[in-house]
Amino acid sequence: MTEDWQAGGFGLYVHWPFCEAKCPYCDFNSHVVKHIDQTRWANALAAEVLRVSSQTPGRLLRSIFFGGGTPSLMLPETVATILNAAQTHWTWANDIEITLEANPNSVEANRFRGFAEAGINRVSLGIQSLRDNDLRRLGRLHSAKEAQRAFDIAQNTFGRVSFDLIYARQDQTLDDWKIELSEALAMAGDHLSLYQLTVEHGTAFWDRQNAGKLRGLPGEDLAADMYDLTQDLCGAAGMPAYEVSNHAAPGSESRHNLIYWNYGDYAGVGPGAHGRLTLGGQKYANSAWLQPGAWLKSVETGSGDEINSKLSVKDQASEYLMMGLRVTDGIDTARLHKMCDNLSLDTTVDRLLELGLMFRSQDRIGVTQQGRLVLNAVIAELLPD
Amino acid sequence: MTPLNRIRNFSIVAHIDHGKSTLADRLIQSTNTVAERDMQAQLLDSMDIERERGITIKANTVRIDYTANDGLDYVLNLIDTPGHVDFAYEVSRSMRAVEGSLLVVDASQGVEAQTLANVYTAMEADHEIVPVLNKVDLPAAEPERIAEQIEDVIGIDASDACLISAKTGIGIPDVLEAIVKRLPPPHSGDPDAPLKAMLVDSWYDAYLGVVVLVRIMDGTLKKGDNIKMMQTDAKYSVDRIGVFRPQMENVQELGPGEIGFITAQIKQVRDTKVGDTITHEKKGATEALPGFQPSQPVVFCGLFPVDSAQFEDLREAIEKLALNDASFSYEMETSAALGFGFRCGFLGLLHLEVIRDRVEREYNIDLITTAPSVIYHIYQRDGTKHELHNPADMPDPSTIDHLEEPRIKATILVPDEYLGDVLKLCQDRRGIQLDLTYAGARAMVVYDLPLNEVVFDFYDRLKSVTKGYASFDYSMEGYREDNLVKMSILVNDEPVDALSTMVHRDRAEMRGRAMVEKLKDLIPRHMFKIPIQAAIGGKVIARETLSAMRKDVTAKCYGGDASRKKKLLEKQKAGKKKMRQFGKVDIPQEAFISALKMDN
Ligand SMILES: Nc1nc2c(ncn2[C@@H]2O[C@H](COP(=O)(O)OP(=O)(O)O)[C@@H](O)[C@H]2O)c(=O)[nH]1
Ligand SMILES: C[S@@+](CC[C@H](N)C(=O)[O-])C[C@H]1O[C@@H](n2cnc3c(N)ncnc32)[C@H](O)[C@@H]1O
Ligand code: SF4
Ligand SMILES: [Mg+2]
Repeated sequence: MTEDWQAGGFGLYVHWPFCEAKCPYCDFNSHVVKHIDQTRWANALAAEVLRVSSQTPGRLLRSIFFGGGTPSLMLPETVATILNAAQTHWTWANDIEITLEANPNSVEANRFRGFAEAGINRVSLGIQSLRDNDLRRLGRLHSAKEAQRAFDIAQNTFGRVSFDLIYARQDQTLDDWKIELSEALAMAGDHLSLYQLTVEHGTAFWDRQNAGKLRGLPGEDLAADMYDLTQDLCGAAGMPAYEVSNHAAPGSESRHNLIYWNYGDYAGVGPGAHGRLTLGGQKYANSAWLQPGAWLKSVETGSGDEINSKLSVKDQASEYLMMGLRVTDGIDTARLHKMCDNLSLDTTVDRLLELGLMFRSQDRIGVTQQGRLVLNAVIAELLPD
Repeated sequence: MTPLNRIRNFSIVAHIDHGKSTLADRLIQSTNTVAERDMQAQLLDSMDIERERGITIKANTVRIDYTANDGLDYVLNLIDTPGHVDFAYEVSRSMRAVEGSLLVVDASQGVEAQTLANVYTAMEADHEIVPVLNKVDLPAAEPERIAEQIEDVIGIDASDACLISAKTGIGIPDVLEAIVKRLPPPHSGDPDAPLKAMLVDSWYDAYLGVVVLVRIMDGTLKKGDNIKMMQTDAKYSVDRIGVFRPQMENVQELGPGEIGFITAQIKQVRDTKVGDTITHEKKGATEALPGFQPSQPVVFCGLFPVDSAQFEDLREAIEKLALNDASFSYEMETSAALGFGFRCGFLGLLHLEVIRDRVEREYNIDLITTAPSVIYHIYQRDGTKHELHNPADMPDPSTIDHLEEPRIKATILVPDEYLGDVLKLCQDRRGIQLDLTYAGARAMVVYDLPLNEVVFDFYDRLKSVTKGYASFDYSMEGYREDNLVKMSILVNDEPVDALSTMVHRDRAEMRGRAMVEKLKDLIPRHMFKIPIQAAIGGKVIARETLSAMRKDVTAKCYGGDASRKKKLLEKQKAGKKKMRQFGKVDIPQEAFISALKMDN
């Protein structure tokens, strides 16, 4: 019998928690340190991969993702050690996607060759903006020109290259964004992540905003207009959204991210990493120690996990709704009901259909472009009590 | 039993914050009535809400033993009266139980509206009055000027006012001597005459049940006596009798002129009526003390639980609070939109807020409070007359001949520079100016105002336009006809009963516009657009549209975000539960009151 997670597939996430500098908007688990003992980290991450893979031996691995932090600060040898470990108990898919998040600095670009040789076949570059002034306001260490150069090197080195932009920035007008996005689409490969700036709790931007010093951010209406414009321009350029903030030429979607959104299983390795693993028919959620030092010590004495808990069927249904409705395809209703059979969403979905926020087909429900803009409200209506 | 000439019964009258409670603490402390270590600031204000707001809601009392400079021992009974207009009747009853008052005026502030209102009540009760100028320790204190002001405005001799600082203790011995020398002992009282005791106050005590505060006028009251309440004819047997120091201390008996408490297996505070006369069941008095008046709620509103499953909890809370507060009334109410709740009557808006706060805090029930309303008199074409407590019950206008609304006489004292704003505020609230005089640099204006214009946010507005420098007091003045209509509010084309109000026809458009604009801000955007309208009968007089929510989406959500995001969405869902659904629209709890607040 097939298990539920197989509908989404299986992947590995590896978290590298270090950065050159902390960006003022960033709430990822990232730390700036003077010295990193790469050998020790390589061994610890590899040990975790071995530990988790020995619990799920023989699984078909579709994707590996090095996220951060800034994984382009890893040495290619570190990457190689971890990839090696991931081959011990798992079977790699023939077309396995192995992505690494990279910052578009010259130093890191010089390592691209080494990463490719270690096995990386896709990079996601954090370009964030094509405007120097905005890069400075975002606290980024690279210039637009450096980013362009890093992108060119990446194009010549890896089979697939994507990059990230942050928009709805301070003082950005609809026209500014139209021009910048057009430039981005002109240079892009087959994948783009376009995130609206979110002022996250615990960041420097958050404090600045509370002090009334983060001015010029767009209001709800302008932000919504920017989103709509983004859908139009990307659609016209042959890179429609396949998720709230992700665009790709059909067939070039990030396989890794689709595992999350299609609610497959994934192993999470590294400080603060999360995983979802089905063991003996039960889905578990685990999260690792957040602080790099605590995580390292914990791994060296057995396991990096801080929490590991069973997910109830209701939790699973909630997570599937939350993740699955982010993708334009929506979710498989039969799968949802199999997961949790006493869910009655029909009247709510009817209401949301009437408002033009959702669609329903034979076997799927999903969210329209209009609905995607108010997805949190839509999901809040649908979540089981 | 204490001889009459060794008893002094008194109250302290003051505007809020002029130092009444501090002085009371000081008197208690300086006569060693409470051991130093038991002293906590503001001994007599006990309820949390009273402490927080610095007001006294229930009359408190304390008996102080004092050896005067003449070498004789005296018993001083202080009754601390409520300091707010909502409780004017309670104040006047407490005043009837004593013979004198200390008039406390803040020497840095001078006479204020409540000073006047309270001192007039004291004068009506034939009190001897000793002026006390407090806060002389403050650099801004001007005792000479304030003494003159007291003479000018109130018309009593203030040449030998006590100059004190209740805070530092300066002048406290003088106050004690003045109480003995200048206030009269109880006028008469025969210990052998038939018992006449005034029921000054009563409240519920968790251990003792209902406790009744009494002032003996004639006769003697002992433990075990069989007594009768003359108004209600209820009969009880006294099982405990005592005085407050301020803790309860049992005594054998209370004689003429004395103040103390009794308990008598009385089931609920409702069975006791403030102002009633207590006498013996056998050989009792035949005539009650004059001046009894049952207390009358003047402001009504609906209280509904936000979570309808909490209705039974709300019932229990209200019943318990009512046991301890005879002045608030309640009856069950059902509303199409809000489900089951209670229509409650209060002495005033402060009283309403106090009860509402206590339900929310002490019983943990989130409440929806509907628009407060006063009692209208409806005269119908068929010659009948009804009272209207709830705009939702308004009969078909074609059956109505005319409507009358309650009016008040408001006295406002305000520094000259804010007078213009105050006059404008009163005018905007349909006031009729009755008087305008000056007391030094302060103007005293007297207005005839409709109670419904005041009940809600008048006092807040007054404070804000005068930066807190105005003081305000009012008394009820009877009913008068006016052109009043019921204004309904429709949200997404459905009428929301809880937002219906009675308004003057000429002000309906303005009020309607203000309300729909407010509601547009108070109701969160939904996934669809929502028309909000004000209407009289079928006619829409104001309209706004709340546009649909445009953006509410998390930009990034990857593997690690699943758990965190779930928490956020669950919070969002829980937030909706704090709102009530009207048709398809969620209206937050605070909207019902906030929508009525006017910005001008
Ligand atoms: N400086 C000074 N402050 C005082 C004096 N008496 C009272 N206060 C302060 O005035 C405020 C109001 O006093 P309170 O006794 O609560 O006033 P009440 O509202 O009349 O009971 C409190 O902050 C007191 O500490 C005084 O003699 N001097
Ligand atoms: C793990 S992060 C960054 C990876 C890499 N260290 C970098 O900065 O390029 C992945 C992406 O999330 C996006 N991102 C991070 N914080 C954001 C925020 N507060 N609002 C919107 N997007 C954000 C950025 O586009 C970033 O490239
Ligand atoms: S945005 Fe990227 S580089 Fe900046 S702090 Fe976050 S993870 Fe590090
Ligand atoms: Mg007080």
